Amino acid sequence: MEPVIVKNTKTVKSPVKTMKKRMLSSDQLLAIGFLLPSLLLIAVFVYGFISWTGYVSLSNWNSLVPDFSFAGLKNYDFLFSDFRFQADLRNTAVFTVLFIGAIIIFGQFLAVLLDQKIRAESLFRNIFFFPMALSFVVTGVVWQWLLNPSTGVNLFLSKIGLESMWYTDTNILAGFKWGKIEFGVPVAITAVVIAAVWQMTGFAVAMYLAGLRGIPDEVREAARMDGATEFQIYRKVIIPLLRPITVSVVIIMAHISLKIFDLIYAMTGPGANFVTDVPGVYMFEATFRGNYYANGAAIAVIMLLSVAVFIVPYLIFSRRKAES
Amino acid sequence: MALRTLTKPLLYLLLVGLSLLFLMPVYVMLVTSLKPLDQVTLSEMWKLPGTIDVSSYVTAFERLAPNLMNSFYLVIPATLLSALLGSLNGYVLSKWRFKGSETLFTVILFGMFIPYQSILIPLIQFLREIGLYNTIPGLIFVHVVYGIPITTLMFRNFYASIPDEMIESAKIDGAGFLRIFRHIMIPLSITGFVVVAIWQFTNIWNEFLFAVTITTSDQQPIMVALQNLSGSQIVQWNVQMAGALLAALPTLLVYIFLGKFFVKGLLAGSVKG
Repeated sequence: MEPVIVKNTKTVKSPVKTMKKRMLSSDQLLAIGFLLPSLLLIAVFVYGFISWTGYVSLSNWNSLVPDFSFAGLKNYDFLFSDFRFQADLRNTAVFTVLFIGAIIIFGQFLAVLLDQKIRAESLFRNIFFFPMALSFVVTGVVWQWLLNPSTGVNLFLSKIGLESMWYTDTNILAGFKWGKIEFGVPVAITAVVIAAVWQMTGFAVAMYLAGLRGIPDEVREAARMDGATEFQIYRKVIIPLLRPITVSVVIIMAHISLKIFDLIYAMTGPGANFVTDVPGVYMFEATFRGNYYANGAAIAVIMLLSVAVFIVPYLIFSRRKAES
Repeated sequence: MALRTLTKPLLYLLLVGLSLLFLMPVYVMLVTSLKPLDQVTLSEMWKLPGTIDVSSYVTAFERLAPNLMNSFYLVIPATLLSALLGSLNGYVLSKWRFKGSETLFTVILFGMFIPYQSILIPLIQFLREIGLYNTIPGLIFVHVVYGIPITTLMFRNFYASIPDEMIESAKIDGAGFLRIFRHIMIPLSITGFVVVAIWQFTNIWNEFLFAVTITTSDQQPIMVALQNLSGSQIVQWNVQMAGALLAALPTLLVYIFLGKFFVKGLLAGSVKG
């Protein structure tokens, strides 16, 4: 749940600094020296290890004994024609869309409610925020109990004629044949989405609330003068102004959703027919339970690429913006 | 405005309803954990316990206590070290910039977005090699290293609010890199340290992937032990809920008493200036 956008840290340069010589002072060298260990650690443990994982993913190391002979794209070929991995891709896509959609709508809605100059605002805010202080494992354990099909919320829902098999349901909604699997919305995924939304909505609320507080009152006043209703002010003025925040929320939530592991591992596991499996769980089980290191590495590389595709442009874009 | 006063009760009704929805898992957790096992039937899940029974807490505590201690041994040094490292990096990258430092910063930042699965296989090989596999110091090391991006980002943004002029005049007075850090930056960034420490404390306490892959049995931190609790054959829901509550308690307490700083950490660097 790491938030990011690079803040603009440029401050006005003092004349003293601009008059200084171009040469590096000994203090400047000392500064670089202090940064160096971290740079080396990142170089080795992030970039070096990623390369090493990439190398493993192209090898034949699929047993306890390391085997670095070159296998080409064999492991990737295997994965993309694998029933389980195809199911993972479907589940991740469905999970990401439902999770982010719900977070954006719910987060915006709650933030607007909290922004109405209400009493006990901090109490309500704390109630919506506290799940974020919990571990995904705790959330998984609790929601496993809550969404247990023979108990939990079903005891209420059955009274109004609604019942769900939750995470034990193997049905795929709106399904059609795709590769080896049935593509569609696995009902079981919605159970995991509910738990994840419960935990992460607070983040979106916090972001939107900070955004709403940053909009000057004059903007609303001006709209009111023009005869806009409260609802119109939100729809036409406020919500569009929050769009940059929505971009940040989408990106941060998307990267969480693409690498999700603990929540699903603790709550449901892969599920029957892999209806709740995700690449994170598959990678863990393939590598550390099955000793299929090369396959596990290939899953990890695919996960990394799916995150990098939008994180890299996002980082570069934020950087450019901070520099201009 | 008339519309507003009219909708006010509706607004509160909505907020209270949603709050109850958010608190429902906590209610179920508390109620279940305070029941003796024979009352933990599926059909009576929502009912209050007939008598308060804390035996599930005793059982959960007995089973989780060693892992709770492991987590404290892990979290405290890891938090302190990564805050220190982050503050130094943030200081250099905000007040001692050099050619290319901005690019390096972006290169560091990428490290916080990667799925850790993509470094896990070499990481475990490496830890085995240096004898830190399946040790708490090994986990501390891992959390310090992969905590560099976020702590650097938080401190860098925090230090950006300290005016450059202050640094310049200290330089004119003859203070160097380290003296400025010790006598100006650190005293001015106590809040920054609290925010980062709370952030790292919460994240490392709650972390699962590194914990489950790097440690086994008696070295495991609390979250792995909690997950194992549910893996046992007969699911004792009351013990599990008590365990979940125990495992969540330290971060919940931090949130309850220092929530302001927690939310600050959450937003640190995420709202554009």
